[in-house]
Amino acid sequence: MNTVVPKIELTGVSKAFGKKVVLDGLDLAIAPAESVVVIGGSGTGKSVMLKCILGLLEADAGSIRIDGGEILGIGSRERERINRRIGMLFQGSALFDSLPVWENVSFGLIQGHNMDRSTARATALEKMAQVGLSPDVADLSPAELSGGMQKRVALARAIATNPEIIFFDEPTTGLDPIMADVINDLIVKTVKQMGATALSITHDMVSARKIADRIAMLYHGKLIWVGPAAEVYSSGNPYVDQFVHGRAEGPIKMEVRL
Amino acid sequence: MGKLLDFLARIGRVFIAFLQTIGRVTIFSGRVVSHCVRPPFYPRLIGRQMVEIGYYSLPVVGLTTFFSGMVLALQSHTGFARFSAEGAVATVVVISVTRELGPVFAGLMVAGRIGAAMAAEIGTMRVTEQIDALGTLSTNPYKYLLAPRLIAGLTMLPFLVLVGDIIGVFGGYLVGVYKLGFNPSNYINRTWEYLEPLDVISGLVKASVFGFLVSLMGCYHGYNSRGGAQGVGAATTNAVVSASILILIFNYFLTELFFAK
Repeated sequence: MNTVVPKIELTGVSKAFGKKVVLDGLDLAIAPAESVVVIGGSGTGKSVMLKCILGLLEADAGSIRIDGGEILGIGSRERERINRRIGMLFQGSALFDSLPVWENVSFGLIQGHNMDRSTARATALEKMAQVGLSPDVADLSPAELSGGMQKRVALARAIATNPEIIFFDEPTTGLDPIMADVINDLIVKTVKQMGATALSITHDMVSARKIADRIAMLYHGKLIWVGPAAEVYSSGNPYVDQFVHGRAEGPIKMEVRL
Repeated sequence: MGKLLDFLARIGRVFIAFLQTIGRVTIFSGRVVSHCVRPPFYPRLIGRQMVEIGYYSLPVVGLTTFFSGMVLALQSHTGFARFSAEGAVATVVVISVTRELGPVFAGLMVAGRIGAAMAAEIGTMRVTEQIDALGTLSTNPYKYLLAPRLIAGLTMLPFLVLVGDIIGVFGGYLVGVYKLGFNPSNYINRTWEYLEPLDVISGLVKASVFGFLVSLMGCYHGYNSRGGAQGVGAATTNAVVSASILILIFNYFLTELFFAK
């Protein structure tokens, strides 16, 4: 009998905005050091799922557990303690405009871990090197960097505190294919190096296959298929088939009004 | 009958929405204030906001109060001349500037300059997920973003008003002495003669309240902005308009509190 406690476990998680049900009893368990990618069309609730785990949105019902401990409905101090163990790469990078690159990278170390600024700067430079950024960019403003470099800075910030869990929200969106592959490689390398548990959301299938151990597909608020990354193109699930092959015809009807 | 009911229902909906907004603002301000007095504190950020509000607003507040003092001297002179009461010009200038014009004009100017900037900056941070990023980096946005702005607004507007009072009275002095022909020492004597501590103190208390309101509105509208550039634009407009209206409303009640017999 497998007794490993999942690192992240969602059970019956529901979230609605008014009458629009976004998550409808979602179940997902992620083992320690596993990398799971959730795929699904735009507006299917992938980001909402991540935000519910991070506490940025409050789920209406269900259970969200990290290392077996319930985190749904916990207080702000407990949430801060949990979030210290989590890194997050935002879709638009979400770098702080008012801070130079190195302070963006070391923000969690200075604010969340009370590290002194000189040590934090050294650690930031080290993390930047891990994602292929030279020390020259440390004092630049995020606005002076290209989209790909901003993504690297965001990745360095996500891994700066050596988190046990890392979330990636559309990590390759808006990047050219080569830069997207570079970011995918960096994600795989850093997650493996750190032994972190990773949960990513994307609709980029190249990225999903590269960074995932398992892939899950979200549709109408539920996971309709979960399986090894290598089997996603032969899942036998018509919804998954249509999505991964990018076909307009199939059971998934896009809500397009002409 | 049906149209009347529709009309009443519409009024009711507007009234309920108004009450909801008051409730939301009250809860929001309570949360920010509670974070202002609980550690951790961010002295570096508070200092940066104090410089932004206090130092960089000095030129605009100085110019406003300077010309207000000058206009006041000129207007009161032409008005009082009808009753041969020109000698009251210096007293009217100093009391008007310290009690009313200084705090209200400084408040309105800072609402335009700082309230708008706060709403735009925080609003942009909201729509670009920077505020969400703060949360994931174990940093409470109320403490890190909002509390320093509220503390800076609360403390720096009295400083601005004090400087504005001096500049405004000086503007009145220049017009009084060089345009209206008052004797300089007489004008200064008249300025001091009827000035009471309460005139200045009430102005500083008003300034503090206005500073709080300007920062609160900037933070509230910025923090709750939605929907990209348009949402940030709307937040900026709402911050300035609501702060300006609140300043004028609170000015009446504070004046009544201090001076109504």
